[in-house]
Amino acid sequence: MGLFDFLRSRPKGSASVATERLRIIVAQERAKSGRPDYLPLLRRELLEVIRKYVNIDPEAIEINVEREGNQEVLELSVALPDKGVVEQPAAADDEP
Amino acid sequence: MTEIIVVTSGKGGVGKTTTSASLAVGLARLGKKVAVIDFDVGLRNLDLIMGCERRVVYDFVNVIQGECTLRQALIKDKRLDSLYILAASQTRDKDALSKEGVERILGELAEDGFDYIICDSPAGIEKGAALAMYFADRAIVVVNPEVSSVRDSDRILGLLASKTRRAERGEGAVEQHLLLTRYSPERVAGGDMMGVADVKDILGIEVLGVIPESTGVLTASNAGVPVILDADSPAGQAYADAVDRLTGKDRPMRFIDAQKKGLLARIFGS
Ligand SMILES: Nc1ncnc2c1ncn2[C@@H]1O[C@H](COP(=O)(O)OP(=O)(O)O)[C@@H](O)[C@H]1O
Ligand SMILES: [Mg+2]
Repeated sequence: MGLFDFLRSRPKGSASVATERLRIIVAQERAKSGRPDYLPLLRRELLEVIRKYVNIDPEAIEINVEREGNQEVLELSVALPDKGVVEQPAAADDEP
Repeated sequence: MTEIIVVTSGKGGVGKTTTSASLAVGLARLGKKVAVIDFDVGLRNLDLIMGCERRVVYDFVNVIQGECTLRQALIKDKRLDSLYILAASQTRDKDALSKEGVERILGELAEDGFDYIICDSPAGIEKGAALAMYFADRAIVVVNPEVSSVRDSDRILGLLASKTRRAERGEGAVEQHLLLTRYSPERVAGGDMMGVADVKDILGIEVLGVIPESTGVLTASNAGVPVILDADSPAGQAYADAVDRLTGKDRPMRFIDAQKKGLLARIFGS
């Protein structure tokens, strides 16, 4: 460490950014493991279908497979955008 | 009882082979009978780090394919009587290892009275890495304090929990240990490197040891002498501590705090 570094106030470390990013990604990946392989595709297709009617953000769809007894339940939740910011979906223009 | 330990990581170049060699030497030094196996088919390396590259006649794949006996392929260490090395094959055929073959050889080693079998895993999550971990009782997950290494380690933890014989048979999880290597306390103190506590927190498993970034590692690999045999090197000392912890002894963590520098050293640089 030279004179300049010593006098400069210590920069906010990049390590804390790394830690924060890893916390999120590891939690996401752990949640994903054990889910059926078709979930990502299902999510993409659902997004396309829903976007014919409402313009939602990809993050607005949440899909989960839960085990209840010996049955698996597919949970799907879609957060709709605030009324104020809804854009007309492109598909609406094609209607006769 | 033979204990099978896999040294694994997902990411390459993090220090698995360095670790495998030092652990094997450290355990043998305690009088244990140890075999260390290089699972990196096509990229043999462990023999160089152990300094026995000129004595490799037969390799792991030769034994699996019945071209020689296990006894013929095991290379006896020149420094320690109870230490044996099984070199990886240089074949380009990645399918040369089979689950049945690996199982048979591990079984023969167990019958031969080995206390520990250390499996030095290749990088990645493909066949070689999968086989190196499949029969393990314990796993040492080598991780550098850096985002891609930590993420890969988490993938490996997931595989250890599902894709091992223990998991498949419901025999309880493979015991998992974290080994942080290439750690630089100064950079952690400066805020540029994640610290032990952060990595431990993210991955959620116990820390077996912290190996500092140390020039002794390069010197050791140049000479073909595992760094644990260099008692002057911080990395060597840290590996010795880790071996002690692995065998149930209590050792305080060393080399995790930055050296306090005097004002002059801080101004004029080191
Ligand atoms: N504690 C350490 N300090 C300095 N260099 C290290 C340390 N651990 C490993 N290395 C270096 O990192 C490189 C990769 O190590 P290696 O053990 O071959 O990793 P892997 O088997 O995971 O690919 C080598 O050049 C080695 O000398
Ligand atoms: Mg290696």
